[in-house]
Amino acid sequence: MSTTPAPVTEQPTTPLDPDAAISVRGLVKRYGDRNAVDGLDLDIRRGEIFALLGPNGAGKTTTVEVLEGYRSRDGGQVAVLGVDPAVGGRRWRSDIGIVLQAGAGDSQLTCLELLTAQASYYPAPRDPHEVLELVGLSEKAGARGRSLSGGQRRRLDVALGIVGGPALLFLDEPTTGFDPEARRQFWSLIRSLRELGTTMLLTTHYLDEAEELADRVGVITAGRLVEVAVPAELGGRGTAPAVVSWTEDGRRRTEATQTPTALVADLAARFPGEVPDLAVARPTLEDVYLQMIGQTS
Amino acid sequence: MTAPSTATKLPALARVYRVRAGVELKEFFRQRESVVFTLMFPVILLVVFGAVLDYEIGGGVTFTQYFMAGVIAAGILGASLQNMAIGIATERSDGTLKNLAGTPMPKSAYFVGKIAQVVAVTVATIVILLVVGVVLYGIDLPSGTQWLTFTWVAVLGSAACTLLGIAVSSLAKNGRSASATVTPFALILQFISGVFFRFDQIPEWMQTIAAVFPLKWMAQGLRSVFLPDVLAAQEPAGSWELGRVALVLTAWVAVGLLLCVRTFRWRDKADG
Repeated sequence: MSTTPAPVTEQPTTPLDPDAAISVRGLVKRYGDRNAVDGLDLDIRRGEIFALLGPNGAGKTTTVEVLEGYRSRDGGQVAVLGVDPAVGGRRWRSDIGIVLQAGAGDSQLTCLELLTAQASYYPAPRDPHEVLELVGLSEKAGARGRSLSGGQRRRLDVALGIVGGPALLFLDEPTTGFDPEARRQFWSLIRSLRELGTTMLLTTHYLDEAEELADRVGVITAGRLVEVAVPAELGGRGTAPAVVSWTEDGRRRTEATQTPTALVADLAARFPGEVPDLAVARPTLEDVYLQMIGQTS
Repeated sequence: MTAPSTATKLPALARVYRVRAGVELKEFFRQRESVVFTLMFPVILLVVFGAVLDYEIGGGVTFTQYFMAGVIAAGILGASLQNMAIGIATERSDGTLKNLAGTPMPKSAYFVGKIAQVVAVTVATIVILLVVGVVLYGIDLPSGTQWLTFTWVAVLGSAACTLLGIAVSSLAKNGRSASATVTPFALILQFISGVFFRFDQIPEWMQTIAAVFPLKWMAQGLRSVFLPDVLAAQEPAGSWELGRVALVLTAWVAVGLLLCVRTFRWRDKADG
């Protein structure tokens, strides 16, 4: 993991980044005598999708809830859109959208009524009809929240999170419980939001989701951010050897190499036709992630 | 800091208040359970008790006339204390409150919406009870300054019970547990506060307990509206004690407000 030039190596004394969407230095949150967050540093650029990964209890949700202004902190500096969330008022909240893990709760209102009400809290909201269109719920405009399927409800949650026209959107485990098809649809929704210029902080347990959506991922363990990198390079993944495997003389052969192309060319020369069961693999995000959280916890 | 919205004005309070009032009315009146249990329950009580307990309590007055005051007080209790305690506990445990706290909605708007809901449900309950009482049982409606007394007792009582309901909601784990504690509590309170039985016929120690809570005073204040003054002699104190009614209800408003401010939470306890 030392191969990646990670911005987390910044000392807590580095000033907050005024241009960042989110800038955190030395964040500490205590529960009893335990530091749930223990000196966390983080910078999220404007316009990027940042995925925060980490095992349960690592301080992920606590960190996000401090950034969202739901929780107080015990130490460190935090700026979210240039404002300390501890003192962020209505104006600050107007620029932030939050999609909570638990969703928006039961309601007797229709999707359109919920969005229209929510929009009225914001100074420059999006058109609720357009938002319904964007999340693919136009046909459900007149349906009550409780009549929607799980995936539809989650899209309604996102609609509620973005109807205020946020510059920054928090997404807490947005696709938990989705079937693969619903997740694909959800991912394309998130990509269309990125095109609108929305900065997003995503927490997720799905590494394929982080890889698919995130510009950068950060791994949190034991209350600290242990690494920040683009998904392809996390944990030295970009420079890790490739593993080439094939079957020869009835036995499975594997070889780790920095030059898989050369090895495959050799194999191609050695075998008359197809190389039996040829596979070239790089460590997946899941491989390096599991290795990282195994090392630090 | 340079977010686009800094140029635009935040929505006016009055507008957000209107929106929240609309949301709360829809939430209540579209939910069959809340309409049946909160709004129709006292009406059913009036219909049943009016038919069953059809006797005279003296001075040519029927028990139904006496019960009218009690059932209106119980209706106010249901529309305010029970409705708020259960409704807000539910919204706290299902994440509605946490979501609202994450928006720029002014916090006061939530309470304004709830007050609008209580007022609408209370007025609807009272109107239906009065109509049913007059049509089915020939209840004598209040007249003249009695309406004034009716109004201040209803407003003060409903304010006290609304605040208490909001405070009580914070004690419950979720809507279901709020319902499981508040509903029997309200029922017992109704039994000992002179709703179902004449208050002067209830054991004295129960009267003492009832006198701590607002319901007894609401029912007593409303009896002064629905019963002829000669029946004031039947009251344990020998009079309607309207001054004391006002005093106790005002004290509960103060206590309820203090409890609300001290205990209100936008998040579930389980959520840390």
